[in-house]
Amino acid sequence: MLEIKNLRAGIEGREILKGINLTVNKGEIHAIMGPNGSGKSTLAKVLAGHPQYEVLGGEVIYEGRNLLEMPPDERAREGVFMAFQYPIEVPGVSNAQFLRLAYNEKRKHLGEEELDPLEFKDLLKERAKVVEMDASFMTRSVNENFSGGEKKRNEILQMAVLEPKLAVLDETDSGLDIDALRIVANGVNQLFTPANAIIVVTHYQRLLNYIVPHFVHVLADGRIAREGGKELALELEAKGYDWIKTVDKGAGAPAN
Amino acid sequence: MSTAELLAKQEYKYGFVTDIESDMIPRGLTEDTIRLIVEKKNEPEWMLEFRLKAYRHWLTMTEPKHWPNLKYPKIDYQDVIYYSAPRQKATKKSLDEVDPELLRTFEKLGIPLTEQKQLAGVAVDAVFDSVSVATTYKEKLKKVGVIFCSFTEAIRDYPELVKKYLGSVVPTNDNFFAALNSAVFSDGSFCFIPKGVRCPMELSTYFRINNSESGQFERTLIVAEEGSHVSYLEGCTAPKFDKNQLHAAVVELVALDDAQIKYSTVQNWYAGDEEGVGGIYNFVTKRGKCAGKNSKISWTQVETGSAITWKYPSCILQGDNSIGEFYSVALTNHAQQADTGTKMIHLGKNTRSTIISKGIAAGKSNNSYRGLVKVMPKAEGARNYTQCDSMLIGSTCGANTFPYIEVMNNTSSVEHEASTSKISEEQLFYLQQRGISQEDAVSLIINGFCKDVFLQLPMEFAVEATRLLGLKLEGSVG
Repeated sequence: MLEIKNLRAGIEGREILKGINLTVNKGEIHAIMGPNGSGKSTLAKVLAGHPQYEVLGGEVIYEGRNLLEMPPDERAREGVFMAFQYPIEVPGVSNAQFLRLAYNEKRKHLGEEELDPLEFKDLLKERAKVVEMDASFMTRSVNENFSGGEKKRNEILQMAVLEPKLAVLDETDSGLDIDALRIVANGVNQLFTPANAIIVVTHYQRLLNYIVPHFVHVLADGRIAREGGKELALELEAKGYDWIKTVDKGAGAPAN
Repeated sequence: MSTAELLAKQEYKYGFVTDIESDMIPRGLTEDTIRLIVEKKNEPEWMLEFRLKAYRHWLTMTEPKHWPNLKYPKIDYQDVIYYSAPRQKATKKSLDEVDPELLRTFEKLGIPLTEQKQLAGVAVDAVFDSVSVATTYKEKLKKVGVIFCSFTEAIRDYPELVKKYLGSVVPTNDNFFAALNSAVFSDGSFCFIPKGVRCPMELSTYFRINNSESGQFERTLIVAEEGSHVSYLEGCTAPKFDKNQLHAAVVELVALDDAQIKYSTVQNWYAGDEEGVGGIYNFVTKRGKCAGKNSKISWTQVETGSAITWKYPSCILQGDNSIGEFYSVALTNHAQQADTGTKMIHLGKNTRSTIISKGIAAGKSNNSYRGLVKVMPKAEGARNYTQCDSMLIGSTCGANTFPYIEVMNNTSSVEHEASTSKISEEQLFYLQQRGISQEDAVSLIINGFCKDVFLQLPMEFAVEATRLLGLKLEGSVG
């Protein structure tokens, strides 16, 4: 589904990703871990097409197409979804209105008929159960005056509505208390199917107790320093990120 | 795409010209011009006097050039044609006798006038250049006592009403443009809602400027007697010309005891091109008088057109407990300039006013809110709430707020809130990441920003306004 080859990218002339290689297949959950500044969030944003990030080299093939050539809205309609670390507020626009517009854009793209507000309301009600959100969220302005936990749940609600093929969750666990974390993780697990794939970007192992990855990739200084199964995350938790750096140097990887 | 910048290329779909023979008077303005207009329109002596008085005042006045935040070349008032009317039969027995070319024009603008196609629930007075060409549902309205007709007919058929109220809210010497209008106005709409009547349909005037050389000077007068209600809509468009056209209108509203007038405008005059060539100079005086107790006047405006907008729809809250409201969305793009706002003059006890203004600036445009809240000594317990929000799109536009507050008693409360925001790249990216195109994202954000005002518009107008803002901003974020 997704093949990242030697991807190099940065922001404001600073290179952050220094050659990432990663393959994600349908039915897989990948965790991207790493210390602050290692490039985890940059990778998520580059995949989603954030305009401030510049691709410096390499390629990303998504479903046989060059992802990097597509504008962000087209990537989204093609099934790439990013759950934001800091979801944005849109005053005056109701959650339901926003979600319906997004949903119908995707339907149009797939050549399907758009849903009218009443039909959509039914669908929304059904999907909202995934993250235990009630109807009052739908009439409120997008993310405005939402608590941190509500914002993150709202991200997963959007994922539930848009049913992406590839979901990239950027630090979805940050700022969540344990109950909210469980709700969010539970929602993600319900949405995971053999037909889609999920990339979980996280600093801590905590989230991976709930969303269990098939593969764990650890980034350090813009490169994948280590790869393994879910046990790698536990090992990291026990030994800390410094361990990666030592191993890294010990293995003779290029120095900074 | 690191900064939002101007790309704009949207087409103004009302920019066509109707090819029609016009009856024009020579350019320029003298007392003879006024006599000629009066003669053309067959007006009585008292109208001539009204006009000449205004003209003589106007000669002593100077154009308000220094205080508005507007820049434009000097207007040569002798280079304007003050009267231009499509040639047609003098008296029309029915709408079917209106020149088909004119009917086609209005149909193209979305305002079908012929009986079979008339808009349901909205009576329309269609004004083309200097004259009203047709008014729909006139007879139906008459049955409930509502008078809705062109100003020309009002002068002819209801002279006593016109004499009583014309100039009673905006005196002939009120300001430079109002004086000019009073001297040369050629047509417009007259509405009279008698005591206790709720007008059964929306009343609406559609203004169309077609002639490239002529100005449009129309007059609207709405009188709501005791306990009556009326909702009035105004729409405006003009063809694209590379020369600026002058539009100086006066609107007067009078609400007696317990009467309510709701006045909504969607102004979409041609705004000029990207470089600011052409477009309408829109200098308008709109004022309502809540003359009676418990009366209410509500202005809602969506200003998207014109090269220059100079307009302050105001309320004089004379009756005790009367209410004035002003809800405004003003959008400027390219080289447009707007200096718009309101005046709320509190005279009566416990009078209340609300001002919600949303200014949106894109391109190289300049958008100013200018508002006055004045509470007179006798207006005990008066209250005002003002909220002015500005939104900037890109970094080459400007937004300003000039609030003036004068309170002359200590039992009143006046609140003012203001904010300025920018459409952020993060906001756009967020919406795009959900599959919404950049242009739809901008329009969604803008519509959210304007929601409080759009909620005040009649349904069809709200839909139109939403669509219009999207169109106007097309390509303004790159």
